[in-house]
Amino acid sequence: MAELTSLSEAIGTLVEDGDSVALEGFTHLIPFAAGHELLRQGRRDLDLVRMTPDLLYDQMIGMGVARKLTFSYGGNPGVGSLHRFRDAVENAWPAPVELEEHSHAGMANRFAAGASSLPFAVMRGYSGTDLVPRTRVETVTCPFTGERLTAVPALNPDVGIVHAQEADRDGKVQLWGIPGVQKETVLASRRTLVTVERLVDRLELRPGSVVIPGWSIDLVAEAPGGSHPSYSLGVTARDNDFYREWDRLSRDRDRFRAWMDENVLAVGTRG
Amino acid sequence: MTVAAPPASLEELQTIVAARLLRDATSVFIGVGRPSTAAILAQRIFNPDLILVYESGTIGAKPARVPLSIGDGELAETADAVVSVPEMFNYWIGPGRIDVAFLGAAQIDRFANLNSTVIGDYLRPKTRLPGAGGAPEVAASCGKVVIIAPHSRRTFVEELDFRTTVGFGAKPEDRQRLGFPGAGPCAVITDLGVLEPDPESCLLILTAIHPGVEVEQVRDATGFDLEVSDGLQVTEPAEEEELGALRQLVAR
Repeated sequence: MAELTSLSEAIGTLVEDGDSVALEGFTHLIPFAAGHELLRQGRRDLDLVRMTPDLLYDQMIGMGVARKLTFSYGGNPGVGSLHRFRDAVENAWPAPVELEEHSHAGMANRFAAGASSLPFAVMRGYSGTDLVPRTRVETVTCPFTGERLTAVPALNPDVGIVHAQEADRDGKVQLWGIPGVQKETVLASRRTLVTVERLVDRLELRPGSVVIPGWSIDLVAEAPGGSHPSYSLGVTARDNDFYREWDRLSRDRDRFRAWMDENVLAVGTRG
Repeated sequence: MTVAAPPASLEELQTIVAARLLRDATSVFIGVGRPSTAAILAQRIFNPDLILVYESGTIGAKPARVPLSIGDGELAETADAVVSVPEMFNYWIGPGRIDVAFLGAAQIDRFANLNSTVIGDYLRPKTRLPGAGGAPEVAASCGKVVIIAPHSRRTFVEELDFRTTVGFGAKPEDRQRLGFPGAGPCAVITDLGVLEPDPESCLLILTAIHPGVEVEQVRDATGFDLEVSDGLQVTEPAEEEELGALRQLVAR
């Protein structure tokens, strides 16, 4: 059974400086509250892993806690650039960030291989692109047909954190809507935390939902509104205005830092 | 008294021309960071059965508004199926089940290869762009690819700073050599006209200009030497119905 705990305790016990940490959620169910708690507790030197860094990793990179970023698409969806990510890559501010970049198909397969406890995944992809010499992919030959295929290494982050709509008292998690790589992240990571909108006595199982048994998760913490400005389908709505606003808030270094101080570092833990 | 609506801008015509290409399509893939306006417009006025497939895993979405992101809640709520990212790429895109892909890019070369990674040197970029997202595998596997981009010398370049996504590579046989199941780029729709690959050489040539646009203007806005098709067309102007539906959609 997963242990139910508070968000601050969960981050305190689970994450160490230097860890590789995947905070996942494909546009939907992004664990912002957990990421903000990592910042408040001063974790640093992290290898941040996420398919789409989104605003959360823009904030964490801008606060200088990322040693490395492993990703496949670093934009503000529908809005434009992630300014803190760009400033770190283009100007090494506030610190240089090592990049390991993939395609979405590559990252998804890397998580799936990690969840399967296989050393790599086989796919068709990357061929003919300049990604090949810049990232970790190799070619393998199919032992049955002789076809040349692409191999991508498994992802097994030290810590995997995802958000979900609900969990019961045994830590059994249910999420619905866009599933992203939530299940893969939990099953691929060495230590895991799921933050949820609400704890319930009994889960009402929904057709088509993703259920993750409590015994496959280490910690579950309640964090209502914990995916804002992303969303939790059926509970909260995506704050598209904030995604647009972030474009302005994050352009200037001082303004960004002031916003983070006031809205993340100076506030108490949610949940 | 009704006041006549202003005529279509070149950007509006660009969206309408892209939508027209989906008249007979079964399904269209819409990638991250790309405006899906054209695909939703096509579903509304040309092809109500068009299956909209978003990278976020929503298959058969029927959004009433243009979503800001590819993962807005309305897409999941209106979809026929919502699948995980590994399933999206391994079961649906990879095997070539999707008919048409709409992609954008910061740079395009004459073989319709795309750059969405960096401007400048990879390790010391002048501009760091978002990166690959789904584009490399989408462009390899979907039935055909339509590229939507603004027409300027910054976009249409002699040489890409980084090849994120293969259009035709460096020669006509490259797609086959790389084992790509899809046919590759079939059109580049810009705010000045339409470029299509020559059937023999696979080099992009100008096949249509929008009304009021001059050929020289297009060539000036292209960073490589652009050939003009013998059968150069002028794009059909926006119909009242098309323009009305587009403006209604964007205003929501």
